[in-house]
Amino acid sequence: MNRYPLWKYLAIFLFVAIGAFYALPNLYPDDPAIQISGAGAATQVGETQLKRAVAALNAEGIAVKSTETSERGNSVLIRLTDNEDQLPAKAAVKEQLGHDYVVALNLAPTTPDWLLAFGATPMKLGLDLSGGVHFLLEVDSQKAVETRMNVYAGEIRTALRKERLRYRTVQGANPIAREFAFTDEATRDKARSLIIKEFPDLTTTADEDNGRFIVSATLGEQQVRDLEDYAIKQNLTTVRNRVNELGVSEPLVQRQGRKHIVVELPGVQDTAEAKRILGKTANLEFRLAAGFDAAPGTTDTFEFRSQPGRTANLQRDIIMTGDQVANARSNVDTQTGSPEVNISLDNRGGELMKRATRNNVGQGMAVLFIEQKFMGNRTETRMVDGTETEVSVPVYREEKKIISLATIQAVLGSNFRITGLDSRAESSELALLLRAGSLAAPMHFVEERTVGPSLGKENIRMGINSTLVGLALIVVFMLVVYRFFGLVANIALTLNLLLLVGMMSILGATLTMPGIAGIVLTLGMAVDANVLIFSRIREEVKNGKSPHKAIAEGFDRAFVSIFDANITTLIVGVILYAIGTGPVKGFAVTLSLGILTSMFTAILVSRAIVNITYGRRRQLKKLSI
Amino acid sequence: MKNNGSKSEAASDKMSSDKKMFGHTRVIDFMRLRMGATALSVLLLLGSVATLFINGINFGLDFTGGTLIELSYDKPANVAAVRNQLGQMGFNDAVAQEYGSANAVLIRIPGSESNATLSNQVARQLNAAYDGEITLKRVEFVGPQVGEQLRDQGGLGMLLALALVMLYIAFRFQYKFSLGAVIALGHDSLIVLGVFSLFGLQFDLTVLAAILAVVGYSLNDTIIVYDRVRENFRKVRRGTPVEIINISLSQTLGRTLATSGTTIMVLLALFFLGGDMIHNFAAALLVGVGVGTYSSIYIASNLLLYMNISREDLIVPVREDEVDDMP
Repeated sequence: MNRYPLWKYLAIFLFVAIGAFYALPNLYPDDPAIQISGAGAATQVGETQLKRAVAALNAEGIAVKSTETSERGNSVLIRLTDNEDQLPAKAAVKEQLGHDYVVALNLAPTTPDWLLAFGATPMKLGLDLSGGVHFLLEVDSQKAVETRMNVYAGEIRTALRKERLRYRTVQGANPIAREFAFTDEATRDKARSLIIKEFPDLTTTADEDNGRFIVSATLGEQQVRDLEDYAIKQNLTTVRNRVNELGVSEPLVQRQGRKHIVVELPGVQDTAEAKRILGKTANLEFRLAAGFDAAPGTTDTFEFRSQPGRTANLQRDIIMTGDQVANARSNVDTQTGSPEVNISLDNRGGELMKRATRNNVGQGMAVLFIEQKFMGNRTETRMVDGTETEVSVPVYREEKKIISLATIQAVLGSNFRITGLDSRAESSELALLLRAGSLAAPMHFVEERTVGPSLGKENIRMGINSTLVGLALIVVFMLVVYRFFGLVANIALTLNLLLLVGMMSILGATLTMPGIAGIVLTLGMAVDANVLIFSRIREEVKNGKSPHKAIAEGFDRAFVSIFDANITTLIVGVILYAIGTGPVKGFAVTLSLGILTSMFTAILVSRAIVNITYGRRRQLKKLSI
Repeated sequence: MKNNGSKSEAASDKMSSDKKMFGHTRVIDFMRLRMGATALSVLLLLGSVATLFINGINFGLDFTGGTLIELSYDKPANVAAVRNQLGQMGFNDAVAQEYGSANAVLIRIPGSESNATLSNQVARQLNAAYDGEITLKRVEFVGPQVGEQLRDQGGLGMLLALALVMLYIAFRFQYKFSLGAVIALGHDSLIVLGVFSLFGLQFDLTVLAAILAVVGYSLNDTIIVYDRVRENFRKVRRGTPVEIINISLSQTLGRTLATSGTTIMVLLALFFLGGDMIHNFAAALLVGVGVGTYSSIYIASNLLLYMNISREDLIVPVREDEVDDMP
């Protein structure tokens, strides 16, 4: 009676074999490596660069394990023998090759080709195991909305002036609304229909207040939400570009929730440099220089960034902001040999630029660089859970400086260049600032976690040790208490560990320190199913059932309890996954997967082993349990 | 777990109350201690609430916000000197302590003074004033708003987990069972919190994960017992609820001890070998599994009795009608 049909044995065997196969790559640890690629997409990187790099490493006395060039000829990889060598190696190679190449730290997999051919890759290691940096950035999307509203206000003013409708601006208290006051009703109505026609995104209302006739233009709720969304997406792109500038291979840049961006840089990192480049909370504004005849109140005065003390008057209207800059590259004019910066704008930016420069050829245009400077903290009283609490709030001050003031030579479109720069250094600095400034809204660091590589290694060692010791303790315990059946449970448990690792590798799940704790905990709890089954079999034997019947009933009856108990734990695991971040998520993944694999091994695998052992013996008198 | 029953006795469904045997399982009168257990649990719960009110919870960086820096010195570090220097840098509320070994120092700077570049500044200044080598092993910085958000999310997650689990048990068993299970696991997590509060252990995100795992474990335990209770209520014709619960607990005792045993063994391995980062995680689970084992025996079943569980609660409705044979 205790026999499975052949196909069932085969299916179980196959499943275990697949799990074991995909667990295999984890036996091959990653090599510390550095990767060299071109700064531009077209730059070729091959044997020549590799030779120079290796020579530089040899000069520094850094051991090279092996090298490889990519098939497409745009990057090379140098494997090192020691983790500690990575940073010095990067510095040495960077110095040798210069700024046309990006040198990135890398962890190169050593998975053999025959495993890769089946898509088998090792588990990803979390930052607490591999070492690395985790940042959480908060995007101040409210600022993006305000800036866009300023742009609109400028455009409306221009449109009103063109139609010769005399107005006075009234600054509304609401950041998403602007009010324009007129002296008579007819002008106001004309202005209103003009705004409705030219700016369909804005909602307008007409009003009268003490003989002033007012039109107010407001951004709709949907527009505000779209803008906020756009701000995050734009910042995400910018952060990605900045991370690329850092030269980190396999970084993670991800949106989290409504206003956060997660950045994870695995491996050894220079955290100060990373924070400096990521944290450039800059934005840009393009404005026309004010002529001498400009009416007072329509201009602002700003200082130059590179020449403190020198100032210029700019019009208050903003042509466009930095998030419309798609790219900026430093270049040398092939004919004159003088440095320049090539700028490309997105469609909307091109449109705005064309409109603004059409009538202003020969005038000056300035690029304003806006930085949020951290000024320290300020205590603020806030209502938290119904009680007034002192909360410390970081204070940022906005600083606007001119980084470029140039004369408009022709009507500009989506692609134009800034010439007349003094040096190559100035042009690359300006290009960098233009790229960095393509943030749609300022960002602040709200979280950082850095784990040094030595601590990561220590964590892995401790994790493996505690898993093995835990496993050994259980194995001995089960053998003592359940003898042969204990052996069955131990086989099931070991296969469970193998399957769990295999599943995590297949799913590309990330292993973290709490994840390892989850695995250890799962091991402890995974024997539970076997214990339940075995105590049930014992009971049935005591109640006088024949061994075969006891086995069958033990497995059947225990199943209901196992199922109910595991489903509820699974509910908890899934919720942990949903609410958790980082390490907690890792724990939830291993816990939930562990429950699934343990149900498979404890019920099906151990039943199969028991069936193979006892199934053919008709005259079974006694069970070793 | 021991083969106490002699093979000659016939298997039967009947209670023989004088020998305290059910079938071949020796029945232990667990419920004799139910008043004592109730008193103990109420005491523990009141104690936990009291210490939570008096001492509060020592929330870790994850929830309070702030900066944490772990440094490794090339020789045993002078913590007093580090403290002194931190004071000179203007961090009077910074805490520096030895961490794990004499060479490692852990510095905590509370939320109010934090920004993302602080850790690098501190490390640089300490390094400059020290004539050996200092390596930065770990930095954590959490902004105050993030901490707040995590706390809210954690609490919300707990409640959601409880609600879903209650629903599932009510669906699979009966509402009295789901109430019993949820009170039992609330009991367990509250006591774990109480222990953390009493000893001032640091409560961070991993500990929250551990408490949720305790919830899962405790549930597991409780459901195994409840499953037996349900089965026995349907199977054993005679017997008071107290007797049936005693039988069920006795039958599952072997399993309860074996599973708690193996789980506690691996947790001890984690506690002693897993390193500082999951020390408190393992501690929370150890307390939780211990309390969970106790509560699945004495609290979860006890609650069923307080709710006057009866055979009618568990009769499968489709069966042909059965005569009420309750005493």
